[in-house]
This record gives sequence, structure tokens and C-alpha cells, in this order.
Amino acid sequence: MMILSGDPPRSRVLTLVLIVIILALAATPFLFPGAKALNVAAKICVFAALVASYDLLLGYTGSVSFAHTMFYGIGSYAIAIALYGMGPNWAAVATGIVVGLPLAALLALAIGLFSLRVAAIFFAMITLAVASAFQVLASQLSWLTGGEDGRSFQLPELLRPGTVLIPKGLFGFEVNGRILTFYLVFAVSALMILALLRVVNSPFGRVLQAIRENRFRAEALGFRTVFHLTYANCLAALVAAGAGILNALWLRYAGPDTSLSFSIMLDILLMVVIGGMGTIYGAIIGATIFILAQNYLQALMGVASKAASEAGLPLLPGLLHPDRWLLWLGLLFIASVYFFPTGVVGRLRHDGGDKGAGASH
Amino acid sequence: MTDLAATDPLPKPKRDLAPILLPIALALVMIPLIGSPSTWLTLTAASLAMGMMIFIMASGLTLVFGLMDVLNFGHGAFIAVGAYVATLVFAPFAASIQADSLWVNLAVLAPAALLSMAVSGALGLVVERVLILPVYGQHLKQILMTTGGLIVAEQTLYALWGPQIIPMPLPTSLRGSFILGDVAIAKYRVLATLIGLAVFIAIQLVLNRTKLGLLIRAGVENREMVEALGYRIRRLFLGVFMTGSALAGLGGVMWALYREQVHASMSDELTVLIFVVVIIGGLGSIGGCFIGAILVAMVANYGGFLVPKLALVSNIQLMVAILMWRPRGLYAVTSR
Repeated sequence: MMILSGDPPRSRVLTLVLIVIILALAATPFLFPGAKALNVAAKICVFAALVASYDLLLGYTGSVSFAHTMFYGIGSYAIAIALYGMGPNWAAVATGIVVGLPLAALLALAIGLFSLRVAAIFFAMITLAVASAFQVLASQLSWLTGGEDGRSFQLPELLRPGTVLIPKGLFGFEVNGRILTFYLVFAVSALMILALLRVVNSPFGRVLQAIRENRFRAEALGFRTVFHLTYANCLAALVAAGAGILNALWLRYAGPDTSLSFSIMLDILLMVVIGGMGTIYGAIIGATIFILAQNYLQALMGVASKAASEAGLPLLPGLLHPDRWLLWLGLLFIASVYFFPTGVVGRLRHDGGDKGAGASH
Repeated sequence: MTDLAATDPLPKPKRDLAPILLPIALALVMIPLIGSPSTWLTLTAASLAMGMMIFIMASGLTLVFGLMDVLNFGHGAFIAVGAYVATLVFAPFAASIQADSLWVNLAVLAPAALLSMAVSGALGLVVERVLILPVYGQHLKQILMTTGGLIVAEQTLYALWGPQIIPMPLPTSLRGSFILGDVAIAKYRVLATLIGLAVFIAIQLVLNRTKLGLLIRAGVENREMVEALGYRIRRLFLGVFMTGSALAGLGGVMWALYREQVHASMSDELTVLIFVVVIIGGLGSIGGCFIGAILVAMVANYGGFLVPKLALVSNIQLMVAILMWRPRGLYAVTSR
């Protein structure tokens, strides 16, 4: 269990579900034809990593940050601006990574240090204010970011859909640059999630949990909580920026709606809570459920809404309109915070997990 | 306290004047920078009006936090609900809104505002009972629950009214400006300033001159002590929460008239603004909230005039500056 850092899913059902999800994601290019399935799978990968990094903050240190999309956006924009400005080559990709990641970490450090100066309770509010200012800034500095339109760019030759790596004749599938990009996204996301698993199971991660449970006591034990919290913030920002880079590479675009908007922040919150806070695995479950629902449930709601309006029912067509699906997710969110604060993973572990492993945690 | 035999009065608390002088100083510094006195007057009047509206919306939030340590991230929802409810009254009485008579206009405006306050207040009751009561004392869950509430409220508004922007025309008699020499001050801004001042004075009177206010202030300072003295602070809190929600609804109507449009996304936009105000003022302080609101509005107006690009992030800069000076806001009333 080296690769899982000694923190296995600890529930048979959960293990099974995770294996199914990961195999399905890995085999998507061959199992499910069509661009939509591949897009959904790539989005699940990116968001699993993004949500896992948010879980490091929310689930493991217990601090609510509303600035997580900002770091995600920094990653997206860094790679987009680099590839847009320097042309589709690998030097531009490298520049985007070299500029984006440290920028995100520095900003996280600044926010961390500033909000430590003020009362801890302000943290959530300050991150919200900073994130909204950043969003306005990104949409106004249109010479750099392309404003509301964002920046579309071309990928290096190797990653383009037109590049055929293995022709169709060999296995019956054509492996092209698009599929290579998908596996790049898949592999990097998986690596980031495994790295986060390593972080939360290290002594450092244990201290974070101690801070979450009782900050005063952790401080009394001699841990510099300020250092630990800021460090966790920077790590989470780095992974979020990494996820942003993957997202931009996959979409070949970065704009306010896909990488900065407040609704993405809400999506992340929903995914963490539904999946299960403080588990990392919850991120994979939450992202999968949420994005599948986002892409396929909406169609179902559209059908239901039409049926309701044809039946002449009042209000129902509006409430079931596909655009209103956040309403139902919001209700689900409140219900899950109230009834299942430990999320899907917590439920599964509690019901079917072996008690021994649970107790040692 | 009445048992005190000593006739000499209790020592008065020291007055902290620096925060009060801050907006005045800021306004004075701006005179030479802006140059033209008439422009300066117009901008100052605009800041005052905007500040009052923000104050009305933010006052409930700061008291709710101060009294019960509850962080309500869904406060913005009451603002949007208030604005939408007002459109319900405005739509059937469009003719009276168009009429060029102050009294006819006010006859529609006042019931609309009152209805908005009633609906927002009632919604506050539901939110407090359903969302906040189960998670007292748990900040993380409060933030999550109320954020969820904000999503649900916003989406319900979209479902009921549709996603389009609803125009909300300013009544005819409130259009235009008062012209004094070469200074033009919009009529609606004068009205907004007056209402804001009235609300501020009313809150101050209730807080400082009534037994209810005494209990609220005592609760902000030390909740357990007030409970130990036998007062049901939960009920007191519910009252404050509903009042705060109703005021947010009133603020929503005023803001909608100021912008002359209603849209559910206004709750997101204003949430950030009132958070900045509440943080600047010091959580739980009405006076701080009032000054904070005026400061935010001044920076927005003066900044927008002098350096338009800078105005985009001016709120954050103001917040950083104030918190560097006083890490717990202008007036730190709670010990938390």
C-alpha cells in the first residue's frame, strides 16, 4: 500500500467503486465513443485533483477558503497566455508552468500571512473578497487575459487531435493527440491526488488534523500552527493551479466562466461535501457524481420539465428546468451537511468498513 | 446596578474618535485632488447615499455575528428577495410610478418597501430555524449551510421570475436632481441618505436607550453572562436575525431602485461588498459598520473618478489598509 501512503479506502464497497471509476476513466477513449464522453472523463480527472486539493484545506485543516478557484484560474490563465503569446510550442508550456505555479503559491502565502494577522474568523470572508477582486481584474485586463472572451490557443503539435500516433489499422482504435492529452490529464491528476494522499498521511498532515480538532491544543503541544496552516494553503494552491493548467490544456481555452467564476467555487464545495470531507477519496467520488449529474442529469430534467409543462402543472416546469439543477444540488448540499456530514465516503466506511482500521485513525 | 448606593455616575467609556474622523479626513483630502468643488460635492453626496444603502444591508449581518457568533454567508439572499418582492408591487401599479406626484409615488413605494421587509424578515425566521439552529457554534457548518441556502434562494428566484434582468424604474418624482448653483445632487440620493440616517438613528436609539438594546449589547459582549441572568438569548437572537433580514430586504429595494434593475446575481455582488464593510467596521459594531459603509462608498466613488482602473480592487486595498491599522476592524466590540 506504498502508493496509497498506508491510507487505503477502508471499505469494500468504496474500494470497488473507486476501482470501477478509475478503470472506467482510464478506458473511456476505447469504451465510450464520442467527444462528449471524453470531455466528461477529462473534467472528472481535473476536478478530482482540484477538489482533493480543496479537501486538504476544508477537510484536513477545517478552514473555509473561497479563493480556491482563483488559484485554479491562475494556472489556467498562465498556460493560456503563454501558449497564446509564444505560439504552440513546448517552451510556452514550460513557461506557463514555471510562471503559474510559483505565482499561485506566492499569492497563497500572501493571503495566508495577511489573514493570520487578523482574527481567524475573517479568513473565509477575506478569501471571498480577494477572489472576487481577482475575478474583476481578470475580466478587465483584457489586453492580457482577453477579458470576458478569454484566450483560446493551440496546443503543441504532438497533442493536437490531427496528430495520429497509432493508426486505426493496428488495434482497431486510432490513438491521436487528443487521446494522448487525455492520458496526460489522467496521469497528472492521479499523481497529484496520490501526492495529496501522501501529504495528509505524513506527520505534517497529522498536525493539520490536530489543528482542525483543536488549534489551541495543537499550539500548546509546540506546533507552529501559523506555519502549518500557511504551508497547507500554499500546497493546496499549487495543486489547484496544476489542475487549472490541465483544464486549460484540455479545453485549449481559458476564460472567466471555465476557470474563475464563483459558480465553480460552489461546485467544488458541493463535490467536497457530497464526497466526504477529510478523506481525499471523497474528492474522486464527489467529482464523479457531480460531473456525471451535471452532464447527464440535466438532460433528464429537461425531459421532466417538458412533461410537466405539457401536463399544465404550475411552477414545476420552472423548477425542473435544466438550468435550475443547481437548486436541487443546493438542497442536496444542505441535506448532506446536515444529515451526512461525512459524505459518501464517511457513510461507506461507517457501514461496511472494518472497525479496526477506523479505530486506529 | 440599581443597588449601587454611590451617587457618583459610572465612569463614561472613553470615546474612540479616530474612526469617525477617518471618512471626514478622506473627504477633505479629496478636495484638492478632485479640483472642482462642485464635482467634489456631487461625489460626496453620491458616496453618502451609496454608503447608507450598504449600511442598511450590512447592519443586520454585523449584529447577527456579534450576538450569536453566526456567520451568515446567505445574507445576500435577503437583499435579492427584497428587491424581487418589490417588483411584485411595482408591476401592477406602473401607472402610479409614472405619475409625476411625490405622494402618489410614495404611496406605491412605501408599501412595496414594507412588503419586502416583511417577506425578507419572514424568510429570516425560516432560515434561522431551519439552517442555523441545527449548527449553532459550528462555524464550518454554518458557512456551508448558509452558502447552500444562498444557492437555493438564488435558484428559486430564477425559477420563479426567470433568469432575465427585471427593470425597476425610479418613480418619476424621484428622477432628476436638485440644482444648487452648479452642484447637482440626484433626488433619489437625498432620499436614500435620509432613509439610511433614519435607520442608523433608530438602531442607535434602540441599542442605547432601551432595555432590549441593553440586552443585545450585553449579549454581544458576553453571551453566557446574559443567559446566566435568565434571559432567553436565543429568542433575542431570532428577533435580531429577523430584523437584520428585513433591513437587508429594504436595502435590496433601495439598491434595485438605485440601479433601476433587479437580478438574482445582485446577492453575490453585494455579499462581497457587505462582507468588506462588516470586516472593516469590526464584527458586531453598528458604528463601525456605518463608518465602514461610508468609507467603502467613498473609495468607490472618489476612486472611480480619479483612477477608474484602480477602483476595481479598491475595496480590497481599503480592507488591507484598515486591518493593518486595526487588525480586528475599526471598533472591536467582541472579545472573539
